[in-house]
Amino acid sequence: MSEQVKTYQTDKILGPDTVRIQMRVNGQARYLEVPPQTTLVDAIRDHLDLLGTKVGCAHGQCGACTVLINGERRHSCLTLAIMDDGDELQTIEGVRSVDGLHPLQKAFIEHDAFQCGFCTPGQIMSGLGLMREGHARTAQDVREQMSGNLCRCAAYQNIVAAILEVQQQAKADSQKAALLEEVHS
Amino acid sequence: MSFQFVRASNAAAAARFKSSSDGAMFIAGGSGVVDLLSQNVIRPSLLIDLTGLSNRGIDLTPQGALCVGALTTMAQLAWHENVMTDYPVLMQALLSGATPQVHHAASIGGNLLQKTRCTYYRNSGFACNKRNPGSGCDARSGFNAGHAIFGASEHCIAVHPSDLAVALLALNAEITLEGRNGKRSLPMDDLLRLPGDTPHLESSLAQDELIVSVEIPRLSRNTRSAYSKVDEHNSFSFAVVSVAAVVEIQNGLVSNARLAAGGVAPKPWRLASTEAAILHNELNEKTIENAALAAIQGAIALAHNAHKVELLKRTVTGILTQLAGHQS
Repeated sequence: MSEQVKTYQTDKILGPDTVRIQMRVNGQARYLEVPPQTTLVDAIRDHLDLLGTKVGCAHGQCGACTVLINGERRHSCLTLAIMDDGDELQTIEGVRSVDGLHPLQKAFIEHDAFQCGFCTPGQIMSGLGLMREGHARTAQDVREQMSGNLCRCAAYQNIVAAILEVQQQAKADSQKAALLEEVHS
Repeated sequence: MSFQFVRASNAAAAARFKSSSDGAMFIAGGSGVVDLLSQNVIRPSLLIDLTGLSNRGIDLTPQGALCVGALTTMAQLAWHENVMTDYPVLMQALLSGATPQVHHAASIGGNLLQKTRCTYYRNSGFACNKRNPGSGCDARSGFNAGHAIFGASEHCIAVHPSDLAVALLALNAEITLEGRNGKRSLPMDDLLRLPGDTPHLESSLAQDELIVSVEIPRLSRNTRSAYSKVDEHNSFSFAVVSVAAVVEIQNGLVSNARLAAGGVAPKPWRLASTEAAILHNELNEKTIENAALAAIQGAIALAHNAHKVELLKRTVTGILTQLAGHQS
């Protein structure tokens, strides 16, 4: 992360007026002008007009604002946009597969893993981060590692079931791919 | 809330910016600082971004110690191969607090210097000597169930919230600082200060200093370690009481022991009397009972936190019983 190119110079005092920064957002380069105090979630919603990412508590307790920064799940309410200059950002708007919805989104629908849907973008981004990390094997692990995302409608059991299903499917697919590779080689 | 911002290119530049103004503050992962900014608890004039510094990552020293760069995240340390196999106390402490989202943001240096979760500190409607020196302490006469039973003063009764700091004290870690005059190292026990009559001065760092690394000694093969935390819920809650224990057992006897408690004092609290009570003894029921009683010597309960005294005794009993069971 530290090697990334920054739009602005190091060791130069910036602000309190706006500063020009750049991020790759869902695969596209985006430029924006923010004052130093703008949080990433405010930049996403108010400057980039991506309203899928939600503000719940605005201080890192609920997880509704979860996004992937350089592939890692983070609270976008607890980071300053200016510090993410040069970063790769993924929000719920960038989650899809070639044929439409991402498998995790489909699994959320199939398992009834939401009611009001307010926390769902954060749950999906957090679930994607969890699968990428690869530390969760059991339902108990998933519960523990999804504990940063609250659901006021308490769809927790279905959220865990959806994530486990996609994770197991991905594992089976990669095993199948590995087997095919063996056959081909 | 508006402030200036600078991304420091190295530790010397960061130190120079920090000493340029009383209103200058460091920021790394942001999970602590941005939260306090948005609640108007802190009002810096200049934020110094440390994330461009190179002290990130974990190396093994020639002596087999772990040298952890201060910008390493909690997640990187908790899931590091050597930590998972050799330092259960460290992995358990890191994962017992916060959430995965915070683990990916929060730096090791920032974790150690994080601000107290005392409600009276975090709500600017209350008097707090930490936030506003000389204004008084509303926690003393308020609801103080979460406050200190050791090391408090009439000016401040807040506890330090870090689980990591408790584990690092039990592991006898050494903290390296860098400032305008170069580097110096100090033991974990000397990093944080007791409040006395200056509760706003929380650490031993000079105005221009920052934490650059943490060195965690290699443990002998006969060492067992664990972290036990009592909290109100399993995720994203701070310790009511926690205990980190690092105990070496040879030929059935304790040959080395370091224990520290969290949630009970303004800094991680070394349980020296407990260590003395088990050293050179077999970890049997009688020894453990004596050790648990030793842990609560000198505890002073406030109006609402007497339960912490009993909880500390039970947590020490539990963790030592657990470690005794590991004897082969």
